[in-house]
Amino acid sequence: MKAAVIVFPGSNCDRDVQVTLRDVSGVEPVMVWHKESSFEDVDLIVLPGGFSYGDYLRSGAMASKSLVMREVVKRAGAGVPVLGICNGFQVLTESGLLPGVLMRNADLKFVCKDVHLKVESSQSLFTSAYEAGQVVRIPVAHHDGNYFASEEELDRLEGNGQIAFRYVQPNGALDPDANPNGSARNIAGVYNETKTVLGLMPHPERLADPQLGGTDGKGMFQSLLESLS
Amino acid sequence: MSEITPEVVAEHGLNETEYQRVLEIMGREPNLLELGIFSVMWSEHCSYKSSKKWLKTLPTEAPHVIEGPGENAGVIDIGEGLAAVFKMESHNHPSFIEPYQGAATGVGGILRDVFTMGARPIANLNALRFGSPEHAKTRHLVSGVVAGIGGYGNCVGVPTVGGEVNFDPSYNGNILVNAMTVGLAPADRIFKAAAQGVGNPVIYVGSKTGRDGIHGATMASAEFDDDSDEKRPTVQVGDPFTEKLLIEACLELMETDAIIGIQDMGAAGLTSSSFEMASKGGMGVELNLDQVPCREDGMTPYEMMLSESQERMLMVLKPGNEDMARGIMEKWDLDFAVIGSLTETGRMVLRMHGEVVGDLPIDPLAEASPEYDRPWVPTPAREELDAKDLPVPGDTGKVLYQLMGSPNLCSRRWIWEQYDHMVMADTQARPGGDAAVVRVHGTERALAISTDCTPRYCVADPARGGAQAVAESWRNLTAVGATPLAITDNMNFGNPERPEIMGQFVGCIEGMRAACDALAYPVVSGNVSLYNETNGAAILPTPAIGGVGVIEDASKTAGIAFTEEGADILLIGETTGHLGSTTYLSEIEGRSDGAPPAVDLEQEKRNGDFVRQLIISGQVTVCHDLSDGGLAVSVAEMALAGGIGATLEQPAEINLPTHAWLFGEDQARYLIATGNAEALLDAAQAAGIPAGIIGRTGGKTLTLPGGSPISLNDLSRAHEGWLPDYMAGTVN
Repeated sequence: MKAAVIVFPGSNCDRDVQVTLRDVSGVEPVMVWHKESSFEDVDLIVLPGGFSYGDYLRSGAMASKSLVMREVVKRAGAGVPVLGICNGFQVLTESGLLPGVLMRNADLKFVCKDVHLKVESSQSLFTSAYEAGQVVRIPVAHHDGNYFASEEELDRLEGNGQIAFRYVQPNGALDPDANPNGSARNIAGVYNETKTVLGLMPHPERLADPQLGGTDGKGMFQSLLESLS
Repeated sequence: MSEITPEVVAEHGLNETEYQRVLEIMGREPNLLELGIFSVMWSEHCSYKSSKKWLKTLPTEAPHVIEGPGENAGVIDIGEGLAAVFKMESHNHPSFIEPYQGAATGVGGILRDVFTMGARPIANLNALRFGSPEHAKTRHLVSGVVAGIGGYGNCVGVPTVGGEVNFDPSYNGNILVNAMTVGLAPADRIFKAAAQGVGNPVIYVGSKTGRDGIHGATMASAEFDDDSDEKRPTVQVGDPFTEKLLIEACLELMETDAIIGIQDMGAAGLTSSSFEMASKGGMGVELNLDQVPCREDGMTPYEMMLSESQERMLMVLKPGNEDMARGIMEKWDLDFAVIGSLTETGRMVLRMHGEVVGDLPIDPLAEASPEYDRPWVPTPAREELDAKDLPVPGDTGKVLYQLMGSPNLCSRRWIWEQYDHMVMADTQARPGGDAAVVRVHGTERALAISTDCTPRYCVADPARGGAQAVAESWRNLTAVGATPLAITDNMNFGNPERPEIMGQFVGCIEGMRAACDALAYPVVSGNVSLYNETNGAAILPTPAIGGVGVIEDASKTAGIAFTEEGADILLIGETTGHLGSTTYLSEIEGRSDGAPPAVDLEQEKRNGDFVRQLIISGQVTVCHDLSDGGLAVSVAEMALAGGIGATLEQPAEINLPTHAWLFGEDQARYLIATGNAEALLDAAQAAGIPAGIIGRTGGKTLTLPGGSPISLNDLSRAHEGWLPDYMAGTVN
């Protein structure tokens, strides 16, 4: 599995996901600078976490207009899988590759902690190594992770099976206390209609190494490896 | 008429004697720009004029020290050809005036000190002191400072992995915000400030210069009064995004061999950076201020030279590398300008619009920087307090419950969950333990890092307090299995012109020196912040210590959480039941008298070396040091971290009042939970280390001698609840 990691000025989880991709796939990812208008053919495009262009405007808004994103949008349209983590998720909603928007956290504070997620389905490139309904522990670290879409849109996403992950209690219970940022319907991650584009606020690359206290995040990269190799 | 009136001199913080020296050095009356440069270079903040005499007495050498105090940050060898580069620095005054930007730019400044030396920052920490929770401003300051530290560090992408927080009324009008950064660099590629080579270009990179922060260094060298809010325009505004670009661009340029000298523009901006570079290299420098990238038109030379706009660097390049360096800066969308060159005149000459606007000799100004031997009086010794003279508390369980939910001992989770403490994916031990453990990327090693100080000990007995701060830092690193290597110190005190304050400073230094010597734990960098007073009331003396240690095999460390039921709890070290100047005394008895605990450095070293060996050899994986709140609080923290309860029993041979045994703050002690107590006790006996079993883990409650059982759920609610409730305004 050959992956490209897009590097915006202000990306700061680019190396973290590079390390995880390398460890899981054994293939060195290609790091693509935001000023590039094209890059080599890859099996997967990853938009990493960080503060692209400082995110002084709406998070991800500037990055969505960058040169490299034209190419990413084009390839996503052609079916190349795209994974957006945290700021990457924000860039994907700003680019129109994913529905909804990510607003400031409901309590207005940055939040960095482990959360529990329910894997809604194992029927995707990104989640095949998990069981449907499985609860995994993965950290979040963001200021703008409060997922919002209209009620009709949310109903449509649920109907299409486009909800990838929801914030839950460790025992799987879906309640407001498990929601770290006020996201609608506890949504932590969503797919596009073809389930080839995934955006999520939590950072699976941060718990993919036992020395860091857990490996629940590794499943996502193993799923991709199985699906794309 | 001269523009330099006595009032203008006084506004620049120079006294009469100092101004006379200015006149001697210049051989004429200075112009306003020149006076401004003297003012900042001779400010307490830049010149260390009151503290230098005493700082010189601290030990700074060890075989593993690559660079001691004097450069932007200290550098130590951590093995495998790598060096740790670190320093702690205060941003107290700006953070009180404008907490978000003050704290944010404090983080930005210390990051620059570290990457200026060629190191990639890998961890941020902080040491924070706020006023009494009841004080009207405290909530606002906590909220702003924490948001500012997070706002900057999170965006730059360097994890904030640890720190400490105290509340005390002495900080009501003068909070302390001390920020520490640790970076990694190849040990043989450390960059320094010294400028070399006549004719070599002086390069400006980073953000443009604006009118912010003018005279910040002078402000930081004066006391506060009720009109301090008027000083808000002297606080700088941070741009962490530009800092991130600057880190990447500088590290990229540092991979070439183009840089001769490099210096960040911190306090006193372009003035101190160009001055220091020239002074350290024995060079002159000529700057053309027309070339300085500015945010707005019409800035005067005075404003340009004294601006403290953030995210700027000055460097001297080998000639012929300008285009390559410009290419790297432009890739990162940063300003790049050749603003001058080195000369052999030994003078700083500043030109604008073709005219000389300033001309000063470099060495005389630097060498004549004032150094004072300020009068001081020793702090009167306090009487030792006998625990037997204190009332016996009713239920020790209730006492513990109260302590665990008190402002100074409650959980700091509300704070560190606002900091990204995991970015860079090398944080092995997250906040909440004795020390942060951060892996050295690409190796089997890790660094252990901690910040420590107990100001109430320092005010009671500065020498003991100074020694204790160093010893506790050493102990915290030891408790995770690290070998402590060196410290950075951030000396926060009141007005040094008052002999009793100077006496606190001298006493703390004396204690620190003794501890650094005994523990082979030298000082490699530091910062002094004086005049922390408002309307004549000084803060508690606060020599914050930032310690760094190395763990050779990162798979062999210890954490504080109980991991199994039925484990024996071992106490290492001697317990005398010391209650003077303790948290127990202030929280439960409402008193703050008595001498602080004695610091026996031999015992500290012996006990610590013993514990560390047990961790390194894999025999111990659960360990916690004892500090504020003593034995009972440490056990409670271990129980809460692991979700496993415990029952304690006071050994029959320990003939002490129960509350003294439980809450006394004797030093040099550790707790270990183990399934192999017998072997460890034998080893302790063989090594002559005091050790004994004091309890057993198990269940979901904590039971102390003389107390009713407390459920971990209740204890957790008290411990986790106070800070969020306080910040939400539901408790005081």
